[in-house]
Amino acid sequence: MNASFKPIRKVAIIGIGITKFGEHWDKGLKDLAIEAGIKAVEDAGISGDEIQLLVGGNMSGGLFAGQEHGSALLADYLGLNPIPAIRTEAACASGGVALRVGYMAIASGMYDFVAVGGVEKMTDVYGPQAMNTLAGAMDFETEAYYGVTFPGIYALIAKRHMHLYKTKQEHLAMVSVKNHEHGARNPFAQYQKRIKVEDVLSSPLVADPLHVLDCSPITDGAATIILTTAENAKKLSDTPVYIIASAQASDTLSLYARNDLTTLSATVHAAREAYRQAKIKASDVDVAEVHDCFTIAEILAYEDLGFIKKGLGWKLIEEGETMIGGRIPVNPSGGLKAKGHPVGATGVAQIVELVKQLRGEAGKRQVDAEIALAHNVGGSGATATVHILSR
Amino acid sequence: MSREFAVPFHWRRFRERYQLIGSKCEHCNGVFYPPRIVCPRCRRRGKVKSIKLSGRGRVYTYTIIRTPPEGFKIYTPYIIAIVELEEGAKILTQIVDCMPDEVYIGMPVKACFRKIKEENESGIILYGFKFKPDTQAKQG
Repeated sequence: MNASFKPIRKVAIIGIGITKFGEHWDKGLKDLAIEAGIKAVEDAGISGDEIQLLVGGNMSGGLFAGQEHGSALLADYLGLNPIPAIRTEAACASGGVALRVGYMAIASGMYDFVAVGGVEKMTDVYGPQAMNTLAGAMDFETEAYYGVTFPGIYALIAKRHMHLYKTKQEHLAMVSVKNHEHGARNPFAQYQKRIKVEDVLSSPLVADPLHVLDCSPITDGAATIILTTAENAKKLSDTPVYIIASAQASDTLSLYARNDLTTLSATVHAAREAYRQAKIKASDVDVAEVHDCFTIAEILAYEDLGFIKKGLGWKLIEEGETMIGGRIPVNPSGGLKAKGHPVGATGVAQIVELVKQLRGEAGKRQVDAEIALAHNVGGSGATATVHILSR
Repeated sequence: MSREFAVPFHWRRFRERYQLIGSKCEHCNGVFYPPRIVCPRCRRRGKVKSIKLSGRGRVYTYTIIRTPPEGFKIYTPYIIAIVELEEGAKILTQIVDCMPDEVYIGMPVKACFRKIKEENESGIILYGFKFKPDTQAKQG
């Protein structure tokens, strides 16, 4: 599935903006997206007149906030009319796909300046309705129909992984503990509180073996980045960050239809394609933001991205290799678990974090990195995007 | 709160759901549930036919749902499993007539027709297959 497409221009990120992640009673869908958009334009040091295309990732403005057609709404409120505005949807990978559309727009030579945003406003509905909406990311007629929840889907993966390999509940808990430790250093994170393995294991079971503290939360938030050509970036920015690979792959929407439940093959395919484009190996990655919607998902990501062999993901967390200061820090932002997971915003928020890391602006959670990887997953792995960034 | 669908949304799936009809590709022998129009492996080379599934299989993986979605509260806690059918296809289902601490990976199970949920007060009652321990199955 290697893309025959060869980027004719190198793409750079010159601006980033993000809202605090959490429960924003005072801000709606539009307010969050606008806040992140304005910050990104300011950070890029451009007027905004340069922007020729707006791409926004959003899973379900309709069911979470009653608003479809958010792309045009935001172009209007950001003062960008009459430029074209596109919404992308791939459940929790909506943001990663938005980034990829923006990347293609520049790499292909079609546009010179693109704003890529991601937003989700999840707390304007009550818990059960939010659950119903998220259930739409799985196969509605053959999975959700029988009463499985999203934690349930990842619990099925976890149980199988624990059956085949030496993965233990404690390993899953350690992922949560690590991401909370990182989140405690991130002023934009929803949870800035350190926890212990015992806290995870004594929190209520949601779907065995997953506890409440194995699950990412319901979050409001938005993130935006400004893309341009490498040539423009050199003139406009002292600290441009380059996108050296952009890959996406698909798999069955339903988990049960896969041969192997312990591998997200869309991640494997996207990662392979991304490493090929960037001309690097997995071991060359210095820092990664991966899709830890549930703790088991981070263990899968270690394996499917090639950081360690299949079945041995637990070793990376047990040996502290993915902590800040470890061999390959993963989710220095706190990840989806502690930073929060406004589903449509997550894929773009990961890029915001990695740009901060590569610029050296990550404060107490700064890692030493030249090459950074972002991994965003939709549903139980039906969509995966992998982007690689460099200084 | 829960979304209400018109009757055809469910009615058009009655055959596959209420008779456990899947498909088999006569080109690669792949078996699929729910039915597929296109064989995902063979595409245009494939020859996809309807097949009635036996409803016998083994638990491939499972979980216990303790925080249910709407309409499932009365069953909670309940077992959700992926069952590998003897024809080779896998299916997601509830395991019933079995306590949460009795289920295990590899457990032989067979299909039984049950109520799934009432969509809402005015809506239709939804049925389908759940699976229960198959005490007659050969061990191993």
